[in-house]
Amino acid sequence: MRKRKLIKNTVLYVFMTILAFLFLFPLIWMLVSSLKNEFQIFEDIGSIRAFLPPAAPEGGYFANYIAAFQRVDLFRYMVNSLVYTIGILLCGLVVNSMAGYALARFQFPLRHFWLAVIIATLIIPPESIFLPLYVLVYNLGWVNTYTGLIVPFVANAFSIFLFRQFFLDFPKEIEEAAKIDGCSQIGIFFKIIVPLSKPIFATVAIFTFINHWNDFLWPLVVATEDRMRTIQIGLQYFMNQPPIQWGQVMAALTVTTIPMLLIFIFLQRYYIQGLTHTGSKN
Amino acid sequence: MEVDKNLKRKSRIRSQTKARFNLKSQKSQEVINGYVFLLPALLLLTVFLLYPMGMAFYYSFTDFYLLKPNQIQFIGLENFTYIFQDPEFKQAFKNTAYFALLVVPIQMAVALGLALLINQKIKMKVVFRTAYFSPVVMSLVVVSILWTFLYNPNEGLINEMLGVFGISPQPFLTSPNQAMNSIIAMSVWQGAGFQMLIFLAGLQNIPKHLYEAASIDGATPWQQFWNITLPGLRNVSVFIFVTITIAAVKLLVQPMIMTQGGPLGSTKTLVYHIYEVGFNYRDVGYASSMAVVFTILVLLITIIQRKVVAEERG
Repeated sequence: MRKRKLIKNTVLYVFMTILAFLFLFPLIWMLVSSLKNEFQIFEDIGSIRAFLPPAAPEGGYFANYIAAFQRVDLFRYMVNSLVYTIGILLCGLVVNSMAGYALARFQFPLRHFWLAVIIATLIIPPESIFLPLYVLVYNLGWVNTYTGLIVPFVANAFSIFLFRQFFLDFPKEIEEAAKIDGCSQIGIFFKIIVPLSKPIFATVAIFTFINHWNDFLWPLVVATEDRMRTIQIGLQYFMNQPPIQWGQVMAALTVTTIPMLLIFIFLQRYYIQGLTHTGSKN
Repeated sequence: MEVDKNLKRKSRIRSQTKARFNLKSQKSQEVINGYVFLLPALLLLTVFLLYPMGMAFYYSFTDFYLLKPNQIQFIGLENFTYIFQDPEFKQAFKNTAYFALLVVPIQMAVALGLALLINQKIKMKVVFRTAYFSPVVMSLVVVSILWTFLYNPNEGLINEMLGVFGISPQPFLTSPNQAMNSIIAMSVWQGAGFQMLIFLAGLQNIPKHLYEAASIDGATPWQQFWNITLPGLRNVSVFIFVTITIAAVKLLVQPMIMTQGGPLGSTKTLVYHIYEVGFNYRDVGYASSMAVVFTILVLLITIIQRKVVAEERG
């Protein structure tokens, strides 16, 4: 009996490790290749060495990174991506949390109607409105500006909905106590509610960051000038401008992935919480 | 005495009206507060989502051309009738449907399989979970570029790996027969970890005593899977089914970067076609009519989901 279990477990672990390799090998290859010179990448590709870091490559381990940053203004693209993502994130946290709070707490006419409208907008795929949105942003003179990148995506129905659900369960007594002390409603919200609602702000912030860091279509359409490109759009430069330097490409891909990796490593708990919450609650 | 009574009554009435007034002002204060808090989001959603949606609908009945914004003419249903004659639309629709029909069941099955594996009593759970999830952390653009190299027919890593098993090099992205399948394989690889986490949450919500009771009754693991696990995952599965389907009909980034819709239009998708017509050919009118059709498609999927979930609850 014990022997059978041992065999079963061994098979299971071997199978799961092979699967893990299948999921990880492109990542490992990307990281490892970013440290090699062009010759070495092709030399190693037919063997296990494709997944092993090189022994002291000429020019040091970061030669590709330095070259990639010199060839293309990756730094500028990264800054643009950060401004774009964090701009949407910060403005969105303020605007959407306030809306969620209003829908959860205040009694005012048409409250349920607005909630229904906001939830209905969730169905509209961004892919179906990018052309009229472009025309609008163009007419506002916002093409190739941070404003044009950020403002259209600040309000987000899904974030509003998450905030509303959270505030519905939030104890009322705290606000009532503050009200008796003569605090204004805006004051109560920003001084008392917000600091006590860190988990939901963290969850919405992570979702917003991940979504918009990876955005492609809107930045592609609205940021046509090179200086306004986000990193996701800027990466294509390496593909479109021959000769393609594989090592440099892998370095650029790695650099693009790092912010997401960091977010994920440090905030995994909030992300998975939020994810499972939305999934199982449906 | 009489005066005293009168005074008392007066003061009572006064305090009552005061309270009523207070209540009223409190109520109107709440209305004001409500709208002050809601208005920024409402305005932004209206201007940047509802208005463009309306404009897409309006443009779809016009010949709006991006270079001549002042000469918009109403042309009725002309765009919509053209959709059915447009061979590129037909092909894009077929490609999109093919992608969705394959990617949805495969990705769901892979995600469920991974979740079942992780959900066992094993060591290093977190390590395996993180490994399977890690492709999700990468953006579609990064993944698309990376796999373009992996799929490279001559010096790509995957052909080298297949060569170890004696499999001859495959053309992958350069063959009209294989390009879409290659994109499907990559998309499953990238996305399955995400749904795995949702399935995992669903699995953990199934009461343990059901399994205990079943094994006491002598149910095999297979029977337990069919009679306890799958029914217990119903709601989660519907949610996952819909999110993957909607994401699948939106397919754009992978073909745009990896194949530019080729070879021979075999990876051109609906959204890609809309993008090309609207942005490259600048025919906003026609592109908008396709966007309207596309929106209706997404809407239909959502309605079907609502129906299925409602049935479950009712």
